[in-house]
Amino acid sequence: MQKAVVANSANAPLLQQEVAVKAGRLTKVRPYLYVLPALLFFSAFFFIPILYIIYLSVFDWSLLNLEEMEWVGWQNYADLLSDADFHQVLLNTMLFTVATVVLGIGLSFLLALWLNQKRKLVAVVQASVFSPHIISLVSVSMLWMWLMDPQYGLLNALLEFIGLPAYTWLADTKSALLSLVLVSVWKVVGYNTIVFIAGLQSIPKDLYEAAALDRSTRWQTLRRITIPMLSPTLFFLLITNTISSFQVFDTISIMTQGGPVNSTNMLVYYIYEQGMDYYNGGLASAASVILLGLVGLLTVFHFWTMRKRVHYR
Amino acid sequence: MQQVVKKYNNQTVVKGLDLVIPDGSFTVLVGPSGCGKSTTLRMIAGLEEITAGDLLIDGQRVNDLAPGKRDVAMVFQNYALYPTMNVFDNIAFGLLNRGFSKKDCKRMVEEIAEIVGLSSYLQRKPAELSGGQRQRVALARAMVKKPRVFLMDEPLSNLDAKLRNQMRVELTSLHKQLGTTFIYVTHDQVEAMTMGDQIVVMNEGEIMQKASPFELYQQPANLFVAQFIGSPAMNILPTDKESIGFRPEKAMLTAGSARTIQPAAGFVDHGRIVAREILGSDVLYYVSGRAGKIIARKAADELLAEGTEVTVSVAAEHLYRFDQETGRALSVAAIKQESLPSGGLG
Repeated sequence: MQKAVVANSANAPLLQQEVAVKAGRLTKVRPYLYVLPALLFFSAFFFIPILYIIYLSVFDWSLLNLEEMEWVGWQNYADLLSDADFHQVLLNTMLFTVATVVLGIGLSFLLALWLNQKRKLVAVVQASVFSPHIISLVSVSMLWMWLMDPQYGLLNALLEFIGLPAYTWLADTKSALLSLVLVSVWKVVGYNTIVFIAGLQSIPKDLYEAAALDRSTRWQTLRRITIPMLSPTLFFLLITNTISSFQVFDTISIMTQGGPVNSTNMLVYYIYEQGMDYYNGGLASAASVILLGLVGLLTVFHFWTMRKRVHYR
Repeated sequence: MQQVVKKYNNQTVVKGLDLVIPDGSFTVLVGPSGCGKSTTLRMIAGLEEITAGDLLIDGQRVNDLAPGKRDVAMVFQNYALYPTMNVFDNIAFGLLNRGFSKKDCKRMVEEIAEIVGLSSYLQRKPAELSGGQRQRVALARAMVKKPRVFLMDEPLSNLDAKLRNQMRVELTSLHKQLGTTFIYVTHDQVEAMTMGDQIVVMNEGEIMQKASPFELYQQPANLFVAQFIGSPAMNILPTDKESIGFRPEKAMLTAGSARTIQPAAGFVDHGRIVAREILGSDVLYYVSGRAGKIIARKAADELLAEGTEVTVSVAAEHLYRFDQETGRALSVAAIKQESLPSGGLG
């Protein structure tokens, strides 16, 4: 009995140590266990597909015959970068993105400033401005195709009514891209406006009162107080609008199919065309990687240029 | 202010205010929440439209003058510093808008920063400052404009107790130094009593009394002021026609129910101590008497235990009388024996 007690007491510190070591390990592992579900989800639907598309982009392959994949190295990229059509696609995408983002954010900012005042019609205007956001892009596109119809469309009828010549809208290489910009801006303005209004309403009123006592003019107040205070909102919209403009697809697919003469073809539609219409999987994959790279670069650029100008409270 | 009225959607929050604020005074508007004191201040600043009446500064009607043109500066409760600007820009913003050159601005900002002790913080953003430092920036921003009137809307309420006491002293000495008119809004009677040379007590959009701190305490014009000013509040004991009142520190407490009290006592009651609070130098006794609940404040030299039977007596010159209906103060000399509660006169 005496012996057993002695042995037990000698073992006790060892046991405690072991438990402590195990607990220490668990503490280290625990955070990873917590994020594991999210990590698995992201890996399955995000990281692995990205790696896989990069892998696919160095092969010549077609959806029709997946058995015959031929390693071609950087050839797909070289082909794309030397292709005049692809240059046009890149240019279209850039122009479309810049125009949509600038107009979409600019207009919604002005609208939000106007709607943020106590006016009678605010609720009605807010609801009608926001409604395009909840309609499917396909329906929106169909609607605008009718509006922009050169012969029977409402827009030309209006132009004619006020004595202006009819416009070519989607039928001309010069005006088609602009018409798509118009549709996208119309669609995005409502959402942006709501986000801006939320931002405006979170600015403390006493800042404006302090500014009034500081003899700040309306322009000064806008430039020195409202815009800096809205910078996180502005930045958020800039990033999300840029990314979604880069990924425009539905409107092109329904309204123009990239035409006339490739004038409205943009990256995502081009990828779809290469992969699904021409069965050129390798080129489509390489173009996808380029899209990913461009969006990534732009986002990094935005973050870098805005890092000092965005004020987070 | 002449018959100044403020209405929000048919609800009158300031009811015909007549008030003269002497040049160079430290006037405190004090009252419970919702009494209209902040609204009054904001009307003076031009941040609220005046529904009716006239607001004159130096004899000039300023009802329709933009806030920036009234030559007033305001310190807000939450300081309202521009979060995106650093301390320098916060102070300089008003100066630049007033047309000062950048060089003059720099000199003036640096001078004022020196005075309030912010020189080494000029490049920091408000978020990087402590509550007290932000308070100083707000003060500096107001001071640098050299206004005719300083308006302060509960500027100390966001500070901790120690810093609040310190800033109270600093603000009063700042007022003496500058000699400018200060109008200060607070709900804290201690702030009002210690800082103001003229106190305006407000309730439900009306002025209850305007007086110096001493007068306000010694000669409250009505029941509201009597109970609002002083901590703990004045004891009020209702009778048939009027209410009588006395300050807790004026009540004499004698252990036992024997009528061994001073002959000049104007009020006597017997009761039992139901609770006591030891504040350090003083003790508050809560006495349940025949006339009602009474609070007495005594020096903590000797303590009376809870449950002790006591006699409460108050000298006649320390009694106040108020009209039961209007709450207005009646003259002290006119106390009648029969009007007293069951305690009775000595």
